[in-house]
Amino acid sequence: MHLSMNVHKGFESFTVSTDFTVSGDRIGIFGVSGSGKSTVVSILAGLLEPDNGEIVLDGETMFSSAKRINLRPEQRRIAMVFQQHCLFPHMSVKNNLLYGFKRCPAKLRTINFNRLVEVLKLEELLSRGVNNLSGGEKQRVALGRAILANPRLLLMDEPLSALDDSLRFQIIPYLKSVSEEFSIPYLFISHSIVEMRLMTDTVLVFEKGTIVEQATSEQLAKTRMGSNPVGYVNLLELADMAMRDGMCAYRWKDCELLLSSTPPDIVNGLFELSSKDIILFKKHPEAISARNLLECTVVDLFNSGSKLGVELRCGGGILVSEIVAEAARELEIVPGAAIYAAIKASAFRRLSG
Amino acid sequence: MVSLAQTDYDAIRLSAEVAIAANVLSLPFGFVIAYLITFVRFRGKVLLEVLVNLPLTLPPVVIGYFLLLLLGKHGWLGSLLHEAGIRLIFTLKAAVIASAVVGFPLLVRSLRIGMEAIDPQLINASRTLGARWHDTLLTIILPLSLPGLIAGSSLMFARSLGEFGATIIVAGNIPGVTQTIPLAIYEYASSPSSESMALSLCLVSVAISVIVLFLHEMMAKRMSRKA
Repeated sequence: MHLSMNVHKGFESFTVSTDFTVSGDRIGIFGVSGSGKSTVVSILAGLLEPDNGEIVLDGETMFSSAKRINLRPEQRRIAMVFQQHCLFPHMSVKNNLLYGFKRCPAKLRTINFNRLVEVLKLEELLSRGVNNLSGGEKQRVALGRAILANPRLLLMDEPLSALDDSLRFQIIPYLKSVSEEFSIPYLFISHSIVEMRLMTDTVLVFEKGTIVEQATSEQLAKTRMGSNPVGYVNLLELADMAMRDGMCAYRWKDCELLLSSTPPDIVNGLFELSSKDIILFKKHPEAISARNLLECTVVDLFNSGSKLGVELRCGGGILVSEIVAEAARELEIVPGAAIYAAIKASAFRRLSG
Repeated sequence: MVSLAQTDYDAIRLSAEVAIAANVLSLPFGFVIAYLITFVRFRGKVLLEVLVNLPLTLPPVVIGYFLLLLLGKHGWLGSLLHEAGIRLIFTLKAAVIASAVVGFPLLVRSLRIGMEAIDPQLINASRTLGARWHDTLLTIILPLSLPGLIAGSSLMFARSLGEFGATIIVAGNIPGVTQTIPLAIYEYASSPSSESMALSLCLVSVAISVIVLFLHEMMAKRMSRKA
């Protein structure tokens, strides 16, 4: 997907002015509430007309004030997944799913209805009304409905923000698997750095109605580590849980990690670990209360605000720890240095699994 | 004991015909006006709203008089219709028009409330899923406006049954032709010996109104359960 967007839209007390070109299939738009993300998405979908400018998607002009082109929403083939699912309340799940599918010209239909229903695990829900579905089910139906419209681009406008944490990370694998299986490029809008890292490669950062930065999602997380109260969030896929001395031992890459707070039935899952919860030692400590002590090699150092991020390679995996510059000098932390990382067993938080 | 004469049965039939016809006549216009007021931004919207709601505040007799000026033989529209061989004044059609004009604000108001309750994002979702605006109108806005439409129709039906002032001016009070229930009651009430006949028709009028409102409540409950 190649998108070029140079538009201006003024409101009474707010102006959105963007000028960017982006390529890729997993693009993110990141910004705090009120930064203009949703306005840009509405303009792109054709739901809001900019004052002037040009939007070109994969070589086709969607809008051009100079050429007097303004394709209607139904002509753009840009489907949306909204924050509040926006399912049609007077239709069944099946009719919601088929709404866009029926309106897509037959020659453009490439998505198989049954396969999509299978991937999203919606088989049991098809005949039900949408009003008595759970939040997660509703968002899965909304996602399926948008995909079945066979769009050239899928806009996901904070689709997880209305869900609680546990549901949010249950839905992410669906979002990823659906877009990967059906090869639909997407623009994912969120104010969560973790969601950006899980869902996108390239991120456009929005502030006060304009784009201030274009970066990879990893760069975004690192540059904001210093100002983020939880620091840099390490995302760890833990597997093969076994009970050991009343604790849960998980495999992570070539390492074993001990966790204290996991229900025993969680065998595999995605966990988060804050960079603030990783303590570095120059030498092997004699005695330590933390249950995890990993031998690591320093890969890289990066500045983020007043903090210093240390990228560590531990048994095939990468962790980021956060320290102050003085500590880096004292511990002589430089790329290639060997170091020990201590992590408390209670520092891990399960996101999904 | 309710006892009704043939002219009373005619009045009941004519009232029902007028109320149904006024509803059928008003629904498409009411829907379009409510849609414009709710979803479309345009200059003169406030003026349109004032015009639509004017019959609510004007005495029905005044409305009837204006209609008489408009549709009468020498009226602006009436003269054109007269040339085409169409006569409206003192016919049942005039009673239908009078009822439609008087009940129109109630219909539009209810429809508008129904439409305003629709989440605009549903309309946006429909458009991004490939629906053209008229497709969205028929598949999303119309079905979701049904509670408002039912409420408005019921209110308008009930209002039409009770319409007196405008009807008597433009349609007169001709038994079997334009005499509806309120006009028949008025005639009975003017004659001291017809007190029981007037009461009988009043009871019929009450019964019809209760049935209409009962049906309205039932449908509204059903719709809200569905939603």
